[in-house]
Amino acid sequence: MDTVVCVKHVPETAEADLVIRSDGRGIEEKNLTFDINEADNYALEEALLWKEKYGGSITVITVGPEDANMTVRMCIAKGADRAIRLDDPRFEASDSYAIAKILHAALKDMKFDVVLTGIQASDDGHGQAGPILAQMLGLPHAAYVIKTEVLEEGRRVRVHRELEGGLHEVVEIELPAVLTIQTGINEPRYASILGIRKATKKEIELAGMEALGLKEDEVGEAGSKTRLEKLFPPPVGERAQILTGTPQETSAQLIGLLKDKGVI
Amino acid sequence: MGDVFVLAEHRRGELREVTLEMLGKGRELAGRLGGHLKAVLLGHNVDAFARELASQAHEVLVVEDKRLENFNSELYQKVLASLLAERKPTLTLIGHTACGMDLAPSLAAELNLPLATDCIGFEFEDDRLLVIRERYLGKLQSKVSFKDSPQYMATVRQAAFPVKELEPLSGQIVAVESPLAEEARRKKFIEYVEAAVGEVDITQAEIIVAVGRGIKEKENLEIVEKLAQAVGGVLAGSRPVIDAGWLPPDRQVGQSGKTVRPRLYIAVGISGSSQHLAGMKNSDIIVAINKDPHAPIFNVATYGIVDDLFKVVPALTEQLSGSYSGQG
Repeated sequence: MDTVVCVKHVPETAEADLVIRSDGRGIEEKNLTFDINEADNYALEEALLWKEKYGGSITVITVGPEDANMTVRMCIAKGADRAIRLDDPRFEASDSYAIAKILHAALKDMKFDVVLTGIQASDDGHGQAGPILAQMLGLPHAAYVIKTEVLEEGRRVRVHRELEGGLHEVVEIELPAVLTIQTGINEPRYASILGIRKATKKEIELAGMEALGLKEDEVGEAGSKTRLEKLFPPPVGERAQILTGTPQETSAQLIGLLKDKGVI
Repeated sequence: MGDVFVLAEHRRGELREVTLEMLGKGRELAGRLGGHLKAVLLGHNVDAFARELASQAHEVLVVEDKRLENFNSELYQKVLASLLAERKPTLTLIGHTACGMDLAPSLAAELNLPLATDCIGFEFEDDRLLVIRERYLGKLQSKVSFKDSPQYMATVRQAAFPVKELEPLSGQIVAVESPLAEEARRKKFIEYVEAAVGEVDITQAEIIVAVGRGIKEKENLEIVEKLAQAVGGVLAGSRPVIDAGWLPPDRQVGQSGKTVRPRLYIAVGISGSSQHLAGMKNSDIIVAINKDPHAPIFNVATYGIVDDLFKVVPALTEQLSGSYSGQG
């Protein structure tokens, strides 16, 4: 099984204070730490499990700036064989469609059995790039995959798609195909010290717009079909009554309130 | 022109709620765009759905085909690509669901249409349609415009537009011939698999203590378990805790897990992603304990404590257990 895993280097925002950039169309990134997108990490692990079971190779590919080398190197450290970073100043502000176009340019002449990627990125949450890439490559796809099983020596794969309310839909899909992987499908491993050491020496292949045979109107804002006009904080709804004081004080207040309401 | 199409989503004999939510919003948007609202229904033996939809749309386009009995994105895409290319609605709405998201991106790409996903709002500026969607797990929102195009597509977040009582319409039901000539070639629906039933049914619990990413390590779960015991509740979790294998899947609260409505829901170290909120926001009383004052959970909580859960939870447990003797 030769697998391509598309990964994204994203800011960790769950516990960070976000500051909107002065142009209103992005956030200040200098105080944020970046890492592999969580769902992509599960996609990588799935590829590693397949490689252990069926052999073959793993190519990791990303569209991103030099900092993204950190993420692809970590993938190498865990067992990916080849890493490609697609980067060009003209890729800036690409939407999902343009990102899929860039990935397509890199993958269209490559031989592989399956492309895996996360169901969505934790920063923009679009969930589009994988299935659009499948469409551009002329391949079938399945989104929200939470279980995989390779059938007939890699000619087909049986996957569970995670629907709402704990229900799964089982589908069989012909390979090659694109699967978008849901978090929780497996237990992503940590890289070994040896793996990390090896990965630092690994060459990361780099390709820009011309090398990919793309034109200026196919990438960046010109190649995009949507445009982020502005970011803003969510409207403040009916916020919680915030209790203040030491942990002992807030606990006592809370217990008092809950007793008044008769819930405890 | 100016029509709005809404793709009806149904599964195992039930029309899914998001369909009616989209029809409500769709009616308003069609009015603004000067067109009609049309529900698009693909399936097999779906007359009852067609009648139901007809009361909420100006027209119901029904594609009846045995091969469309269960959702299959390959077949749905074939049918919809042909339907949308021929009828050219200005806007097509599809649910932001596991099925909608298996379909909309590749369909939009095939038709070369701009697509915005997970939309929670629609606006017009100088007659241009813009959508509102979240970023960074709900910590910020964004206004997104489309590149000029005769047709647009959007996937709509579930429960973003609650169903309102609207004046019933009496839409015409129009049968559209299925363009499918063969079975799906590359993707086959096999079956549905239900979630395994666990020992505890959290949907029946009156008090739930739910734990999220903020707990950091599996070993730390113990302090939340103790709180659950002290308050007489059951332990549940948000997605990251289930993904990590720290709690079994039947304890997951959220869109892909369980929807709960206890008398008391205590969210510990849960930031409150939209998927999580969808599963618990109708609880009677919600308490949120989180150190991030901007966490979206505080927008649905009744009471909030902005502090370190590792300090608050033990204090709360101690006082609930009655062993507390300090000054409150």
